Amino acid sequence: MSETHSETATQAYVRTEMLSEQPAPVSQTGAVKWIRENLFSSIGNSIMTILSVAFIAYVLIGIMPWMFGGVWNAGSLAECRTVLGAFGGDGHSGACWAVIEDRWRQLVFGFYPQEYYWRPVLTFVLLGVALAPILFSDWVPRQLMIFSVLFPFVAVWLIWGGSVWVPMLVVASFGVGYLVYRLAATVVFTGLAVGLAIVATFLWWAFAVGAIDSRINAAVGAPRYDSAVAELEARLAALPEEVATAEALVESIAAEEAEVIADRDATVSQIMEGASNVPELQDELLAYQRTLTDVRNRQSEAARALTVVNAELSDGQRLLDQYLTLPALLESLPELRENVANAQGDDVAAAEAALSGAQERIDSIYSVLGRVGLPPVQSREIGGFLLAFILGVSGIVLSFPLGILLALGRQSDLILLKMVSVGFIEVIRGVPLIVWLITASLLLNYFLPPGTTFDLVLRVVIMVTLFASAYMAEVIRGGLAALPRGQYEGADSLGLNYSQSMRLIVLPQALKISIPGIVSTFIGLFKDTVLVVFIGLLDPIGFSNSIRADTDWNGVYWEIFIFIGACFFVFCYGMSQYSQYLERKLATGHR
Amino acid sequence: MATLSDPPRESFHLSQLLYDTRYRSITIQVIAFILIMAAFVFLARNVVINLSALGKDFDFGFLGSRAGYDINQRLIEYSNESTHGRAAIVGILNTLLVAFLGCIVATILGVIAGVLRLSKNWIVSRLMSVYVEGFRNVPLLLWIIVIFAIMTESTPGPRDFRGADPEASMLLGESVAITNRGIFIPAPVWGDGALLLVGVFIASLVGIWAFRRYARKRQEATGDILPVFWVSMGLFFVPVLVVYFAYSAAIARDQYPILAVGAEQGVTLESYVADNGNPSICALPSTAGVNLSSALRALGERASITRVSTEAELLEAVQSGDCILATVSPELAESFPGTLDGIEMVALSDTVDRGRPLQFERPQLAGFNFEGGVQLRNSLIALWFALSLYTGAFIAEIVRAGILSVSRGQTEAAFALGLRPNRTMNLVILPQALRVIIPPLISQFLNLTKNSSLAIAVGYMDVRATLGGITINQTGRELEGILLMGLFYLALSLLISAVMNLYNNSVKLQER
Repeated sequence: MSETHSETATQAYVRTEMLSEQPAPVSQTGAVKWIRENLFSSIGNSIMTILSVAFIAYVLIGIMPWMFGGVWNAGSLAECRTVLGAFGGDGHSGACWAVIEDRWRQLVFGFYPQEYYWRPVLTFVLLGVALAPILFSDWVPRQLMIFSVLFPFVAVWLIWGGSVWVPMLVVASFGVGYLVYRLAATVVFTGLAVGLAIVATFLWWAFAVGAIDSRINAAVGAPRYDSAVAELEARLAALPEEVATAEALVESIAAEEAEVIADRDATVSQIMEGASNVPELQDELLAYQRTLTDVRNRQSEAARALTVVNAELSDGQRLLDQYLTLPALLESLPELRENVANAQGDDVAAAEAALSGAQERIDSIYSVLGRVGLPPVQSREIGGFLLAFILGVSGIVLSFPLGILLALGRQSDLILLKMVSVGFIEVIRGVPLIVWLITASLLLNYFLPPGTTFDLVLRVVIMVTLFASAYMAEVIRGGLAALPRGQYEGADSLGLNYSQSMRLIVLPQALKISIPGIVSTFIGLFKDTVLVVFIGLLDPIGFSNSIRADTDWNGVYWEIFIFIGACFFVFCYGMSQYSQYLERKLATGHR
Repeated sequence: MATLSDPPRESFHLSQLLYDTRYRSITIQVIAFILIMAAFVFLARNVVINLSALGKDFDFGFLGSRAGYDINQRLIEYSNESTHGRAAIVGILNTLLVAFLGCIVATILGVIAGVLRLSKNWIVSRLMSVYVEGFRNVPLLLWIIVIFAIMTESTPGPRDFRGADPEASMLLGESVAITNRGIFIPAPVWGDGALLLVGVFIASLVGIWAFRRYARKRQEATGDILPVFWVSMGLFFVPVLVVYFAYSAAIARDQYPILAVGAEQGVTLESYVADNGNPSICALPSTAGVNLSSALRALGERASITRVSTEAELLEAVQSGDCILATVSPELAESFPGTLDGIEMVALSDTVDRGRPLQFERPQLAGFNFEGGVQLRNSLIALWFALSLYTGAFIAEIVRAGILSVSRGQTEAAFALGLRPNRTMNLVILPQALRVIIPPLISQFLNLTKNSSLAIAVGYMDVRATLGGITINQTGRELEGILLMGLFYLALSLLISAVMNLYNNSVKLQER
């Protein structure tokens, strides 16, 4: 052994010392290796890489100067073009982002009163809080679920305003339903008890809510009457002066604006005539534009204040007139009641109508006087992304229970229920949403008792809910089908009845599996809410049309489309990423 | 011995209807039935009361009355004298047209994007991700409006094509013009010998089918594999092209005389049209007419072509004054003057080519717009591209998921068996991936068809715009119109679902 070793050692061509370790060849490490493997692994790949890079470069070169050379401070497209011209380009060399700066409020909130913007914003924040225990169940305490359940009522109250009593009474209806269920369950079997509870809840809605609300309003409002009248009179006396101040402010700002515009125009003409110090003048021009934006913001603020004061004046006058009729109305009540009691034959209807009319007027006065809550906002004032969110979220939330029922109905052994569920789901899914929306706006009145009218947003919410419930039912059916058969059999073998096995075993698991599907249904519905523009509601696309029709911004389109598209993209992409995260999380749980 | 006691006598109490599970389901269904019927009666009663309050009835007679509005995009004859029913059919055909075109392009885009998204090339797969996510997460309506805006605002007007140094030029050898009034593409015109061409094409399709059948039988019997793909391709193209070129070489250069009403003998076309500007022409075969009209356009004239398909029709058109220039075969031309009473037709000194069996009429600038060819309106283009790009993004995800669903082991096993990569793809991977891909793909087609109702955003006249739009507004028949429209969409989607179910059953894994 050692002999052979010493023999080889003497041979000259055998290396005696080890080579030091060499670094890997450049082509096998780091960025070069990655590039070779991922971009230039073959001729075809190289060609595709080069083409892609060329395409990306072409697009970026085309878009970037336009996007980043845009104008942020301007009052109209013409002003944008003037500024761009002063910087040596034509009207298309830069974006006119000023339109977004000028109109983002409408695109986001519609005509929602500006002083109440905090309400939808707060609602949005609370929506996050309400969703947290459902979406991130690992990190958020389960007790927050109570808030999630209450959130819809809080949201409706925050956005539409009005007294707190109505939402509270509606919440109470579920308590009433639960109470009836507990009482009935001791006497009859569960299904019947549930039916009775539902009937009780509906009865509560139909008869108790309105009556109790008006009682509370009257109770709160009556003692306030004298002070409210006095306060209103004092306010009305003070208002004309405020109107004058506001008008003066608007005028002074207009003068200020005219001055700045004159200065700005002088600078522009200096640049155009080829002054020597162009860069400084350009900076000056931008400064003028910024000042102009400030001035205009103040101007619109002042103009808004003026309209608010004016509206307060006219509304206050009307309100005061109404208030002043209240004592007479209250006095007339006993007499009207007597009339009803004494009336005979044809007069009965007339007397009853007179009584209920008086009662209604009293109720409406008290509903203002006794309001404990927020000033009301009309549905037609809601628009933009706020409307899209309201429709999307309420569609999904309200369709959830209906979707569960339809999914269970579709799996049911009861042939009639199954047929009805399948028919409903297929009819809803087979027809485009836009046809349903037109149905909501044109046909719904045909199917309701004569004389019932309610506002378009509510009608659309109902239609969107029905539409979403069919899709929801299919998603939940998928969840039910994905559940192993053993779970159903296990529940049966424990001796649970149908409702128990569904409530305790099947639905909790099936719904958990369905969450990604529910999220993607929500994304689809959220994107589809823009279709309401076709029935005259002002969603973001409706506003984009009206902005483009405005003389100031006629000819602007990319900027608005990019803004709307980016907003949708951020929300939808975020949600789809979340649902993918959820799918991964759930997939590991079931392997 | 056990004494059997009598089983308890069956007796029925009313309470069993609630507490006995055997009867309870019947009770529940009866109650549900009553409730549903009550709801229907309630709704129907409301409809009847509301209709009578408005003084309307429920009647589909409006479908037979005069529509009175024009539809610019139509596949069948339609004018504002036609009925509302015909307008609805035009709308339905337009819906089906855009859905069909959209499905084809969306499938192509989706397959390419889905495959490229799985590519090992980092930059290509990222680019495809941007496409897919960008289109999936932004409302379709916005894309339709954006593409429509690009088409109308960023493309040149027809007048930009005018002049010696035009601002815009036509593409693909002066045959396609992209303008802000739409895209003009060449229109196919069938000439003499077209029937033969079609016959040969059908014969080669039959031949391909027969060859594939034979190849399969032979492979099963002997194991030999014939080059099916190349033979099919050859059979598909070669016979048709041979016939086309042979026929063209034989007859296309035949010169046909131009007959003109009220011309003097031997006058050139140029001097004739100098007196008779913008003449109306008719021709047999139509390809000669196309050649004549392009000759006229070269002279700066606009020709209105009256389409005729038989000799008798041509004679009638000439006699009624519908056309003053006619091109016919020399034999027919010789018999002409005698057969027409009162109208004298004289051959001009110019002649035109007879034309090929199939010829493409190119759009040409005439006046303020392009003439000839086919005009694809901006509304159609915007709707078509937006639907295709949007649905293509969804299809890309379906294709990707389908390919990923076939496990690597399948490929490795096929390689281990000695199959080559393309055979592995055809025989092992695709059949399994398609089973996953096809059902959601068809439901995407369904979505595309339903989404085509967004045509309203760009003024494309689909069924929603005709039956569900103008017709409703004109006749005040909301209930009937929306009902019919809903039934159309419902029938279409049920039909597609039925096809899908048939397919699903045919490819279902055969289990125990």
